[in-house]
Amino acid sequence: MTSSERPGLNVAVLYPDLLNLYGDRGNARAIERRCAAREIDVSVTGVDIGDDWSTDQADIVLVGGGQDREQRRVQADLQRRGDDLREYVDDNGVVLAVCGGFQLFGHHYRGWDGEIMEGIGIFDAVAAHPGPKIARCVGNVVALWEGETVVGFENHGGRTYLNEGQEALAEVVSGFGNNGGDGLEGAKVKNAYGTYLHGAVLPKNPLLADRLISLAMTRRYGPEAAELSPLDDSAALRAHAEALHAALSATESALGRRFA
Amino acid sequence: MRALGSGGTALPGLVVERVQRDAVSQLAQGLAATALITGTNGKTTTAAMLARILRADGRGVVHNRSGSNLMRGVAGALVEAATPLGKLPADCTAVLEADEAALPAIAEAAPPDVVVFTNLMRDQLDRYGEIESIALRWSEALSGFPRDASIALNVDDPLIASLAAHWSGACLRFGIEDPNVPPAPAGEITDAIWDPQTQDEFRYSRRYFAQLGRWHTESGAERPSPDLSADEVSHGGGSIDFTLRLPETSVRITLPAEGLYSVYNALAAAAAATALGISADTIRGGLESHEAAFGRQEEVVVEGRRVRILLGKNPSGMNQALRTLQRPGERHHLLILLNDGIADGTDVSWIWDVDWESQAAHCLSLTIGGRRAADMALRLEYAGFPRPRAAITNDVGAALSSALELVPESESLVILPTYTAMLDVRQRLGGMGASRLWDVAR
Repeated sequence: MTSSERPGLNVAVLYPDLLNLYGDRGNARAIERRCAAREIDVSVTGVDIGDDWSTDQADIVLVGGGQDREQRRVQADLQRRGDDLREYVDDNGVVLAVCGGFQLFGHHYRGWDGEIMEGIGIFDAVAAHPGPKIARCVGNVVALWEGETVVGFENHGGRTYLNEGQEALAEVVSGFGNNGGDGLEGAKVKNAYGTYLHGAVLPKNPLLADRLISLAMTRRYGPEAAELSPLDDSAALRAHAEALHAALSATESALGRRFA
Repeated sequence: MRALGSGGTALPGLVVERVQRDAVSQLAQGLAATALITGTNGKTTTAAMLARILRADGRGVVHNRSGSNLMRGVAGALVEAATPLGKLPADCTAVLEADEAALPAIAEAAPPDVVVFTNLMRDQLDRYGEIESIALRWSEALSGFPRDASIALNVDDPLIASLAAHWSGACLRFGIEDPNVPPAPAGEITDAIWDPQTQDEFRYSRRYFAQLGRWHTESGAERPSPDLSADEVSHGGGSIDFTLRLPETSVRITLPAEGLYSVYNALAAAAAATALGISADTIRGGLESHEAAFGRQEEVVVEGRRVRILLGKNPSGMNQALRTLQRPGERHHLLILLNDGIADGTDVSWIWDVDWESQAAHCLSLTIGGRRAADMALRLEYAGFPRPRAAITNDVGAALSSALELVPESESLVILPTYTAMLDVRQRLGGMGASRLWDVAR
């Protein structure tokens, strides 16, 4: 990178009109904003079903959450891109897959009616919905990621189970996480991150946002580009603290609703 | 439990619910007629408009005000209107707004003469579950309605229009016909992308907001022609004029409300009134005497300042509220209140789906409060708003005081609250001696 030339990153958002359920558009905004503050140019591309797109120029791939019907809808198109995305992750490409997107980046998702939606197997994990009579995992979440708190909101019927050897992204402090049983949240393979947290997750978890940016900068410009200048994160950290408080004070009522 | 049919329920809750349901069934037998209003947005205002029309027609009305739209709210309204012996006044019509998920049970307890469906949009996904499950419950609920009931459908919403296929009785379709209504901004969130039956994508020759508009699909489905419609819509200061086309006649209406969503509410109320046999002139009289319902475009005066409250509790509702504040050159003192109570939705991620960006240039001063004030402050920082001068506070009362301090006398404050924040701020305004505008004018 020369000093006269501004660095740039290409962000691709997969299926922005279909997988956008819980404010996930905030994630691309967080990357744009945090890069702009460091004079890194960001171009965001939406990738829809049938679009002629590959990961060739991509630095960060984002995929959000959707209802079962939307997941079903994108499934075939995602399969078509499976090899490309797997190679991209193998080549240290950066991914953030949230909720429904996280499920489809595992091996498969079995819906409440038993129908199997094939995933692309980036994460060595399977997701299954325990059936329409079983309550969804809904509420504020706090998880511990590399010794730091990450906060967000989860709302998923399906439960994710990581196969042996698959690393989780974080450990649940409060909330359900992957399945409400094993205390794990999300998954991580190389630079691909999967999580059930929305909110959107990146704006109020600036460390996580900067991790993704830093990994992408390293991949494109080398290790000397990894370090990012600090920003005024007072608003983000305040929202982080408030979400932490909401999660911890709501644990009781969340449990109440689960069994209500 | 309500939305998702999950197993098990606390026994006391079950008993109370049965008592409430029994009370509604008993009292409903004494009603002359029952109108139910359901949908994501517009229930409370539509019900208030319909109540006005019925009163203009000389009918007695029992009405669950203030958005209390679960079985207990319906029971409360009927019990309150009844004599100590449990009798309702003669010739009394019930205008009941029904929570989307509670509709089937309410319709069973209080058999309707007309049911209005306003729209179906993303709202409180933590509480209701996914939109498709609501649509499914509604189509099943239709089979339990009395055969001679009428349904009124907003056919500009493809998710509502499709309910007609599940109903063989009388159906009144309503929608907007005016080709000059400005289109929705690009990128606005929509919840109906394709037809759940055929999987065809919905396409629009005109889209007004969210998924409302003149839609069609490639396999030939299209927005049905409405029986009642609004045409020649024009916005004035504080009111909207439109031509209301009814099955037999047309009347010009000056509606004392703002925003295209108010026109949909008026159409919904007019459709229900038509189903109940009320004349066009009475409908006009009722609509023109509309007063803002509880926190929906409500205006009060406090400490010499006008205060407008615009409830916004989901992306499409808030986008519509904002659009009424974006006339060229207009700027506002804003107080934005975000709570995360169960009635607000405990998930506040919906604020990322609201187009706050378009409001930033229309902001004179900004104050933020509520239980998730910091989340809102972060969202508004992203949207390019100036940093609030007052400290961000979780306390609604403190936020209200700070906001009013920034508003010079004779100027006005606009409050955009979520549902429980609206209840809270309204009560505080009352405590500060706020009076309604028309009381001051007198």
